[in-house]
Amino acid sequence: MTEENNEPEILFGIYCPPHPHPLLCPEANEGYGKLRSAYEECRKRIEESEADLILIYSTTWPSIVGHQIQALENPVWTHVDDDFHYLGSMPYDFKIDVDFANGYAQAAEKRGLHSRTVAYEGFPIDTGSVVALQLLNPDNRIPACIVSSNMYANRAETIVLGKAARDALAEQGKKAIVVVVASLSNRMFTEHIDEVDDRIHSQKDDDWNQKILEFFGAGRLEDLSQLSRDIHGQIRVNKVVAYKPAWWMAATMGQHNNYTGEVLAYEALHGSGGAVITLTPTDGSFGDKEFDEDDVEFYHGDRNVLDKGML
Amino acid sequence: MMTKGEIVLGCLAPHPPHLVYADNPPQNEAYSEGGWETLRWGYARLARKLKTIDYDVLVVFTPHWQTYIGTHFLGLPNFKSKSVDPIFPNLFRFNYDLNVDVELAEKMREAADEAGIITKMMTNPDFRVDYGTIVSCHLLNPDWDKPIVTISSNRNTHYYSAEVMNEQAAALGRACQKAIEKSGKRVVLVSSHSLSHRHFTTEAPLPEDMSREHIYNHSNYVWDLKLVQMMRDGKMKEVIDIMPEFTEQTIAETDAGAFTWMMSALGYPDYPAEIYGYQSVIGTGNLVASWDPNDETREYVL
Ligand SMILES: [Fe+2]
Repeated sequence: MTEENNEPEILFGIYCPPHPHPLLCPEANEGYGKLRSAYEECRKRIEESEADLILIYSTTWPSIVGHQIQALENPVWTHVDDDFHYLGSMPYDFKIDVDFANGYAQAAEKRGLHSRTVAYEGFPIDTGSVVALQLLNPDNRIPACIVSSNMYANRAETIVLGKAARDALAEQGKKAIVVVVASLSNRMFTEHIDEVDDRIHSQKDDDWNQKILEFFGAGRLEDLSQLSRDIHGQIRVNKVVAYKPAWWMAATMGQHNNYTGEVLAYEALHGSGGAVITLTPTDGSFGDKEFDEDDVEFYHGDRNVLDKGML
Repeated sequence: MMTKGEIVLGCLAPHPPHLVYADNPPQNEAYSEGGWETLRWGYARLARKLKTIDYDVLVVFTPHWQTYIGTHFLGLPNFKSKSVDPIFPNLFRFNYDLNVDVELAEKMREAADEAGIITKMMTNPDFRVDYGTIVSCHLLNPDWDKPIVTISSNRNTHYYSAEVMNEQAAALGRACQKAIEKSGKRVVLVSSHSLSHRHFTTEAPLPEDMSREHIYNHSNYVWDLKLVQMMRDGKMKEVIDIMPEFTEQTIAETDAGAFTWMMSALGYPDYPAEIYGYQSVIGTGNLVASWDPNDETREYVL
């Protein structure tokens, strides 16, 4: 398949935080309210767009067996967050694009990934996906697709997963809004705080977040993708092997820096960096960096380094 | 004066949903042709022992209720819903209806709080109990005729280090032990997790196809079995001392703190563990074992 003559149509991308405060208690802190307004601005833009699909990659949905894709047409449940259960329950009733879920899983398999759809009543849709979909698409105007973040996947696998999303979008001719649900710095306070006193956990986290926002604001998505390992080392708690959202987002939207970026809000969520950002593909160009991390088209599995060089 | 409460047994009870799936209990929606007998038969043997023990409550420390802000305790008397495993939904969709000993949970929370640990009671009725709790409790007590307490796993291994986890989980264990003593209750502790914890990222078309099951790598196997030997030898203090290294080397699920918590509450047994079975599940290393503080009832199982 040649990408050149089979380009997907991606209307714009959204990067937004997973924590439930903007949904459940926007009034508890001025910053939560600003994040809520930013979500609402995105919702309006989605409504005004001609999108056929909202495609979500959520860092709060970990998978182990390959890459899982939600494929239950109408998941209905009441979700409660593990940490923030005291802020309230999150009932949901979503509309999933099952055709796209199947198409995405097949496209991932074609690129060497292990992938499967999940369609089970009561499947626990993660906090990040619930928050994003509730706020961005409250009336289910547009069907959604949610893909998991594999715990063990690193750069190659994540980039190939993004490219598979492009394949499926092009194949089905669907106009998409691409949504990544992830914090910037993800270190939270390890104690309960009064929401009014919320702030970014440390100056260092704030500094790095500001730098990342500068790149987003300038539309330099591929540069962020290339900087992912640094970002992981500097401001990400080592819950998973790498900071992956920018890899997936760039691979899905297009691995370049030709975007108009807009930071709609940046606020603290229990110490973590929460930002609502939009990226719209454009003709302009920014950045003149070249990186030495090779691009990758297919996933070939583990390299079995452990077994090499053994007696 | 009320008699002193005590811990009557500590169980290492791994929770791969595969084991419940393989057992086909009526509560689970998925159907299997079996699998993982070494672990399931071991569990059944331990469940039989539990039937002979007089106890009031199972206290479970689970890695699948992950909290970053302190340690949380289930705080409502009943939870009824369906637990669908987010990782293996094809295997585990379990309808549960369980009772919680809220009084003991609150006492443990208070004791932990007094020890300087950040804590929270979970009182949202819509909360779904995690599948680690359900799998371990179901396999230890398929009749579900005892109340439970679930303690969340604070993720301090990831926020700080496995050394910090070890210290904090040990402090929590001491606090819970004190609370149990004061409560006058007879308590079974449940440490719910695998040992080595590297999974295969693909699954056989038939997940219970045992011709495909094996440990992820030999290094993990050797580590797991080293721990088993130390448990047989009653060297639990030493096991906890090397917990950070073990956890790092085998990406062990001991990162959650459950095992350190249980050993600390049991006072680091120097008597031999009862070993019920070791087997891999989708590459991870799983051991069913127990620590019986009573010299008269402690058995040499395997
Ligand atoms: Fe687990």
